[in-house]
Amino acid sequence: MTDPIIKFDKVVKRFGDLTVLNKLDFEVQRGEKVSIIGPSGSGKSTVLRILMTLEGIDGGVVTVDGEPLWHEKAPDGTLKPASETHLRKMRTQLGMVFQQFNLFPHMTVLRNITEAPVKVLGLSKKEARQRAEELLELVGLADQAQKYPGQLSGGQKQRVGIARALAMRPNILLFDEPTSALDPELVGEVLNVIRKLADEHDLTMLLVTHEMRFAKEISDRVCFFDRGRIREEGTPEELFTDPNEDRTREFLAAVLDEAPGTTG
Amino acid sequence: MLFGFEWDLSSPLAFALSILPILLTGLLVTLQATVVGFALALVLGLVWAVLKAAPSRIISWPVSVVIEFIRDTPLLVQLFFLYYVLPEYGIVLPAFMTGALALGIQYSAYTAEVYRAGLQAIGADQREAARALNLSSARTFTHIIVPQAIPRIVPAMGNYLVSIMKDVPVLSVVTVLEMLNVAKIVGDRTFDYLIPLSLVGALYLITTLVASAGVRLVDTWLPKEGIPLK
Ligand SMILES: Nc1ncnc2c1ncn2[C@@H]1O[C@H](COP(=O)(O)OP(=O)(O)OP(=O)(O)O)[C@@H](O)[C@H]1O
Ligand SMILES: [Mg+2]
Repeated sequence: MTDPIIKFDKVVKRFGDLTVLNKLDFEVQRGEKVSIIGPSGSGKSTVLRILMTLEGIDGGVVTVDGEPLWHEKAPDGTLKPASETHLRKMRTQLGMVFQQFNLFPHMTVLRNITEAPVKVLGLSKKEARQRAEELLELVGLADQAQKYPGQLSGGQKQRVGIARALAMRPNILLFDEPTSALDPELVGEVLNVIRKLADEHDLTMLLVTHEMRFAKEISDRVCFFDRGRIREEGTPEELFTDPNEDRTREFLAAVLDEAPGTTG
Repeated sequence: MLFGFEWDLSSPLAFALSILPILLTGLLVTLQATVVGFALALVLGLVWAVLKAAPSRIISWPVSVVIEFIRDTPLLVQLFFLYYVLPEYGIVLPAFMTGALALGIQYSAYTAEVYRAGLQAIGADQREAARALNLSSARTFTHIIVPQAIPRIVPAMGNYLVSIMKDVPVLSVVTVLEMLNVAKIVGDRTFDYLIPLSLVGALYLITTLVASAGVRLVDTWLPKEGIPLK
């Protein structure tokens, strides 16, 4: 496997005295679907937030599609910290689905989805609307376009969140525990939409989740994070049925025990 | 006689009715001072709030000091300052403008805090969603943050509008002919203070109740989740 679309090269991230990522090496191939699992506080969200440029880094280099994300190449070839212009350019590759949906409550579902395509990509209102309608169809909410987020169930909100992220046509879609904030009976409808996306060949997906069965089903690869490092990774079969590390075994035993099947 | 209206001292009721038009003239000035002072407070407060949020401490620190100074000094002191000190530097404003300016400056310290709190109440999740969608920071501010802050800001501002109205009588000390000052002049001339002052109280009560009801009406009409801008 060559030419990864995402590459973390000895990435360090600290919050004050707390080192959250300690020289993390991590690669994702184009079109790959990768699930990230691991205990609370192990740095899973931090990895996604660094990619979405919501969080800076304190060391190492993150590369997206061959270009450094948090750095820019100076004319003499050295790397200097990225400017906002560079970050804006890089961000067009990525989309994010948030645990708490983060929809804009004062805008209709349609406006939530069209706002950025119109203002950032420069689409006409008509084009943006058309694209939004297609996406709402995809997530099964074609009839909800004129509602406000406050009028939707959690599952519907998250499906709007997915449509909103897709409207920017990202190459890489990041999901941070997309079903953790949902009532158990609403988890399925969101997972069905993500499952559909997983069939798309070109889309690279990074999914932080506690849904072990779902991760097993859709992932090409599963990474077990522990204290800011990848403790173990492999195909779902390898990792779930025959983990090498005791730490992985303990974690899996604990989560499968407390959540047989479908909680987030 | 005052402002062309004669008073009728034949009975308390006749007296009250005859001075009502005079007091209403004063009420008009009170309302004008309220509106101008409020408008100044809204604009100046926004300027303070924006400057105070500036990333550079060279800007934000002096602004914090100014706001604190305004907040911790009485309105009357500021009024005297504007009325007696500014002319020494060649800035002579009409009494009414001086008064409205003092009200605006005094209340800008409070409105600045309302803006700050209202904007800050819009959580990081909204900013992060906007950033993930690559919206510019200007667009995020005007179309994501501000529309959601408005329903939090407006009710507090409405309460300050009522407070400003009740502070207008302070302007009488620099000769502004607002309602209380007019009532006092009537009393001075007729040696009857009870009726003019009672009327002032009643008129204040009515205007305050109306204004408060208006504020509540706007409050219920505003969508809690925010107002989308075009
Ligand atoms: N803004 C921040 N300031 C300080 N500490 C932070 C901040 N964000 C995250 N942390 C800390 O960094 C560590 C890793 O956080 P992260 O959110 O990446 O964990 P996680 O693996 O996603 O956990 P969870 O499963 O609970 O979501 C945690 O200890 C967290 O408390
Ligand atoms: Mg997390």
